[in-house]
Amino acid sequence: MDLKLKIWRQASQTDKGQFVDYDVQDISPDTSFLEMIDILNDKLVEKGDDPVAFDHDCREGICGMCSMFINGHPHGPESATTTCQLHMRKFKDGETIVIEPWRARPFPVIKDLIVDRSAFDEIIRAGGYISTSTGGVPDANAVPIRRENAELAMDAAACIGCGACVAACKNASAMLFVSAKISQFALLPQGKVEAKDRVKEMVAKMDELGFGNCTNTYACEAECPKEISITNIARLNRQFIGAKLG
Amino acid sequence: MSNKPYYSSVTKKIIMSLMGLFLVTFLVVHLTLNSFLLFSNDLFNEGAHFMGTNVFIQVFQWVLFAGFAIHIFYGIVLQIQNWMSRPKGYKRRAFMEQSPFSKYMIYTGLLIFIFLIIHLGNFFFVKMGWIGNGVPLTSNGEENMAQLVRSLFQYGGYVTFYVVMFLLMGFHLDHAFQSAFQTLGLNHKTYWGFIKGLSRAYAIVITLGFVIIPLFIYFKIV
Repeated sequence: MDLKLKIWRQASQTDKGQFVDYDVQDISPDTSFLEMIDILNDKLVEKGDDPVAFDHDCREGICGMCSMFINGHPHGPESATTTCQLHMRKFKDGETIVIEPWRARPFPVIKDLIVDRSAFDEIIRAGGYISTSTGGVPDANAVPIRRENAELAMDAAACIGCGACVAACKNASAMLFVSAKISQFALLPQGKVEAKDRVKEMVAKMDELGFGNCTNTYACEAECPKEISITNIARLNRQFIGAKLG
Repeated sequence: MSNKPYYSSVTKKIIMSLMGLFLVTFLVVHLTLNSFLLFSNDLFNEGAHFMGTNVFIQVFQWVLFAGFAIHIFYGIVLQIQNWMSRPKGYKRRAFMEQSPFSKYMIYTGLLIFIFLIIHLGNFFFVKMGWIGNGVPLTSNGEENMAQLVRSLFQYGGYVTFYVVMFLLMGFHLDHAFQSAFQTLGLNHKTYWGFIKGLSRAYAIVITLGFVIIPLFIYFKIV
């Protein structure tokens, strides 16, 4: 496959940045998207140019590090898929692919396609944990948990914190991420003790960091590589109302 | 967290959704009254007279204005914050919104607000005697609101404007109704499909209801 790439290049956080066009040739359809960028970078290095900086780690779709906005979608056009699991067979030969970093005020661009997502860490630090020691691994049936709640908590915990929800949302809202982190605790007995404080603190931190407001467009759910449900946002709202009313 | 009072994003949205649901209820009452025009001018005039003299309604109309004001105020505040949250946009962005009209709420909302001002100027302000020559009278000397409405709906341009504005209202309501339930935390797989269906049905019924009245009058069907 031959492809034309339009990639956002930005030397540093303070640099203005611009799109730069690249041509890549003879790409196998079975190449992953990140491998395609690797091939481009090898050629750039050979020429003595600065390679394209991008985040990646596990390349197995579970770490949440890859974060490219590809042809108008976070993680590219394939649903429920991270960038590292996206393959070039999803594109057409000769296609022009626009590659951009996540765009959101709380996610400043560090270099090229790498953004600083430590805002998510700050939200977790505000309340996304259980502060009491839960001891060692308990006996499987020691704490009775309704099966449906266990499943929903596990589904929420599947959030890898990649930030695609923020990138997709027209308002750059982090509600899907925050709601997933709240839900994974709120549905389990260990997390219920601090549920009221957790939701208030995490929402306050989310607002303070400058994320936008959720307007229920549901783009986040559609674009989330882990298919986190918007019912988690409704749960956050219920929890928040409950916490505020007493 | 500091103890200084602040309205979180979720609080603002909850207030906005409650006001929105209040306005949703108001539209049903308004449409019911308007629909009287399809049956008889006297019935409509009686309804208008009741709305204009009943003490409860008189108090309630100021609550209604407050509801509009709060809904619009928070809508603008939230939108400005949303614009600020992404200073630099994307070069290429797909249409990802799953509730299609959610993308244009601020624009449909602002156009509805302009319509609301014009609408108040055409009817409410005239009735209150603040502008114009007052409401025409019936042979019994009572206010003839039906004639006021019918005389306005003789103008094709105004009818077109009215119809277009209610189509925009329908787009606004299609997203707004179900969105309010989501904001209030009322989303569960067992009934979410019903709420979305109800939202769409409500938007269609309200839009069609308000649109057919001026069209029927203009084309002299009623």
